[in-house]
Amino acid sequence: MRARVFVTLKPSVFDPQGTTVAEALHTLGFDAVKDVRQGKYFELDIDATTVEAARRLAAEAADKLLANPVIESYRIEVGTDVKETVR
Amino acid sequence: MKFAIVVFPGSNCDHDAYHAAKHVLGQDAEFIWHKDTSLQGADAVVLPGGFAHGDYLRTGAIARFSPVMQEVTKFAAAGGPVLGICNGFQILLEAGLLPGAMLRNRSVKFQCEHVIVKVEQTDTPFSLACDRGQRLRIPIAHGEGNYYAEPEVVERLESHRQVVFRYVDTNGAPTPEANPNGSVNNIAGLCNEGRNVVGLMPHPERACELSLGSADGLVMFESVVQSVAQGTVATVR
Repeated sequence: MRARVFVTLKPSVFDPQGTTVAEALHTLGFDAVKDVRQGKYFELDIDATTVEAARRLAAEAADKLLANPVIESYRIEVGTDVKETVR
Repeated sequence: MKFAIVVFPGSNCDHDAYHAAKHVLGQDAEFIWHKDTSLQGADAVVLPGGFAHGDYLRTGAIARFSPVMQEVTKFAAAGGPVLGICNGFQILLEAGLLPGAMLRNRSVKFQCEHVIVKVEQTDTPFSLACDRGQRLRIPIAHGEGNYYAEPEVVERLESHRQVVFRYVDTNGAPTPEANPNGSVNNIAGLCNEGRNVVGLMPHPERACELSLGSADGLVMFESVVQSVAQGTVATVR
């Protein structure tokens, strides 16, 4: 089972890297990009039989290690046939 | 007294801390590998600067699970003095031994320079030989020293006098210009509620001899020697 964990800084936390990326985009002419928030992305290959079990395990991993609850929050997607757009 | 200097894979200020304790102050000091499960009867523990576990994931995030951290946590809970310097401070935050977290510097640059910190509190084992309000010129070297905590946590830190060191200008004022990384309230170092665990971003061990440009950091090591000699901290064996 594949779980994807997206970790981002909480909205109340200033993101110096995201701000720098936004400024670089503005320099390149991407004026329509109003703000950038940078985060982390994890793919977990989990030995689990149900989506619920995989999600529970991924959430536990995120709580314990992948995210720091003081500054970050996370979102999890779980599935066997997650369709991807890759380029 | 005896210092335990914890060595993580990627620590790079361990020898500096050892040198300050052993050669400058003439105290006993021992390196403790991160996989060790004994602090060898030390009276104080130093988590040194560096890049433990390559700073992978987040600074200090992997180091917090090193076996030695269970011993450090027990030692701290029993009142033993623990000093986290730079990466050591980041590890203490990730381990929950101190509140808050570190963000990337406001400048998004690795800041490597001498700064001035003001000693705000002298009732910790690492600041008791200081004068209250004393200014220390000590180097910093970090990319993620932008201290953050929720506003109510910061309020509690201030009201419980847990901010031990603050970035200030030459007049002693905590101005935005004197703040090298964007830390909330110019916080450079803080202690836990028990006051025995102290973390700071500046490197006192790199400022223990005049030949290094400043000897202002030595007072932190002298403080803990004095503290242990006076028995003002719990003896943990």
